[in-house]
Amino acid sequence: MNSIETKLNKARTGKITPIKQDSEEKAIISVRDLNLFYGEKQALFSVSMDIQEKEVTALIGPSGCGKSTFLRTLNRMNDLIDSVQINGDIVIDNENIYQTNDVIKLRTKVGMVFQKANLFPMSIYDNVAYGPRMQGLKNKKELDKIVEESLRGAAIWDEVKDRLKTSALGLSGGQQQRICIARAIAMKPEIILMDEPTSALDPISTLKVEELIEKMKKDFTIVIVTHNMQQAARISDKTAFFLNGEVIEYEQTDKIFSMPNDQRTEDYITGRFG
Amino acid sequence: MRTLKDNILRGFLWFAAFLTVAILVTIVGYIFMKGYRLINFDFIFGDYSPTGHGGIWPMIITTIYTIIISLIIATPIGIFAAVYLQEYAKQGRLVRMIRFATESLTGIPSIIYGLFGAVFFVTTLKLGMSIISASLTLTIIVLPVIIRTTEESLKTVPNTYREGSLALGTTKLQTLYKVILPSAMPGILSGIILSIGRIVGESAAIFLTAGTVAAMPEGIFSSARTLTVHSFLVTQESGDIELASAVGIVLIVIILVLNLLATFISKKLNKANY
Repeated sequence: MNSIETKLNKARTGKITPIKQDSEEKAIISVRDLNLFYGEKQALFSVSMDIQEKEVTALIGPSGCGKSTFLRTLNRMNDLIDSVQINGDIVIDNENIYQTNDVIKLRTKVGMVFQKANLFPMSIYDNVAYGPRMQGLKNKKELDKIVEESLRGAAIWDEVKDRLKTSALGLSGGQQQRICIARAIAMKPEIILMDEPTSALDPISTLKVEELIEKMKKDFTIVIVTHNMQQAARISDKTAFFLNGEVIEYEQTDKIFSMPNDQRTEDYITGRFG
Repeated sequence: MRTLKDNILRGFLWFAAFLTVAILVTIVGYIFMKGYRLINFDFIFGDYSPTGHGGIWPMIITTIYTIIISLIIATPIGIFAAVYLQEYAKQGRLVRMIRFATESLTGIPSIIYGLFGAVFFVTTLKLGMSIISASLTLTIIVLPVIIRTTEESLKTVPNTYREGSLALGTTKLQTLYKVILPSAMPGILSGIILSIGRIVGESAAIFLTAGTVAAMPEGIFSSARTLTVHSFLVTQESGDIELASAVGIVLIVIILVLNLLATFISKKLNKANY
């Protein structure tokens, strides 16, 4: 317990220094010395990472390596678990997200798409309009516009435009997942986190979601956790390899898949373990 | 051999189901055969007269009064208590103790509650033998039922709904009202239906707190007689099984109508079904 507190103090006072100077790219998320504990068990070890704006960053690694846990620190979803303790800094848009109390504002800025489509038992329209409505938007015209834009943004408008008022749960798994993406887009976030968004989908739906992600990166910064290394190779600009709660390697995707620096990365991507 | 086993088991299952239905049909049929001759317009809507066969309209009104008042008090308290236990409270010893207490309360014979009501509401609070005393006593009786069923139905709301809603930058309260409670509504309503059954079926506790005055109640502070108490007294005083059965038929119909109403409302509320 004591050690956690000292680490926490150390982390809070430590200055934020960029990992790597890169004048052309702007880091929208900067993570420094992030440690995360589930009770006494440490799940993330001193993670530091700069995530660039309007890029797709893939997090790969074997099950239980901490990649999903890390993703969930970025919009503070881990707050929902009582036993979680975090120290270190995560700066998004020049704001340390663990030093502000406005989690609501953070989550409107950092959207999330989950592993399994989790649409609410409402109509398609109500699902997409849910976020803006909860922010207090009541104007029907504006809501209509947001819903249409978001559904178009998620490349599913043509499939559902005639059935907006029907239950969203009647759609296929792939369609539901794209509605989930539309629901996240409707909040006009800067960053969208995706936690293995295609792991429950068939290959064709997966392909559609991947094409969508490619398209979305011109408007959003995307951080995606994936089990599928081909997927990471196909869609991401940068890839971080997690192992046992540590970032082993964080590099340009083509580099990490062609000539990784670390032997463990190579072993993982060539399928020797994981 | 295996198909034989299968057939035997199937036979048992069928028999158990048949037996259950048969018992129900026999009881309802028996009551109906005994009492249907007395059912007519005057019997139901006529005022009670101590001489001979008067109507039971005062008892119907009293029964409805107790149902409405008890539910108005017990439903919000029960739902809020369950929401607190399930959604807000830290799961620890205190919550376990409260759960244990509510579970124990459901098992206590109603006569005990009746005695408590007679001492506390009737005497100490000086509410007298009245509909309000009975309703307050009934509130205590059905509260654990509502808390338990609401908690169970909150448990069945997938955690992904909570995460999905919170990830869209909503507050906990918004998530509760817009997503969690609507999803839990069918379960909550079945708890309320169970409660109506408890209230209508209760006789001992009402006997001790509302008294037995067989007249139209002037208000909720007057003493009155519910249908079950009436049925009990008629059987006990005059041994008139026919009359008691007629009251029984009215009771069964009231419960049936209320259950259908609750199911109808539940369908209306549960938007997942459209």
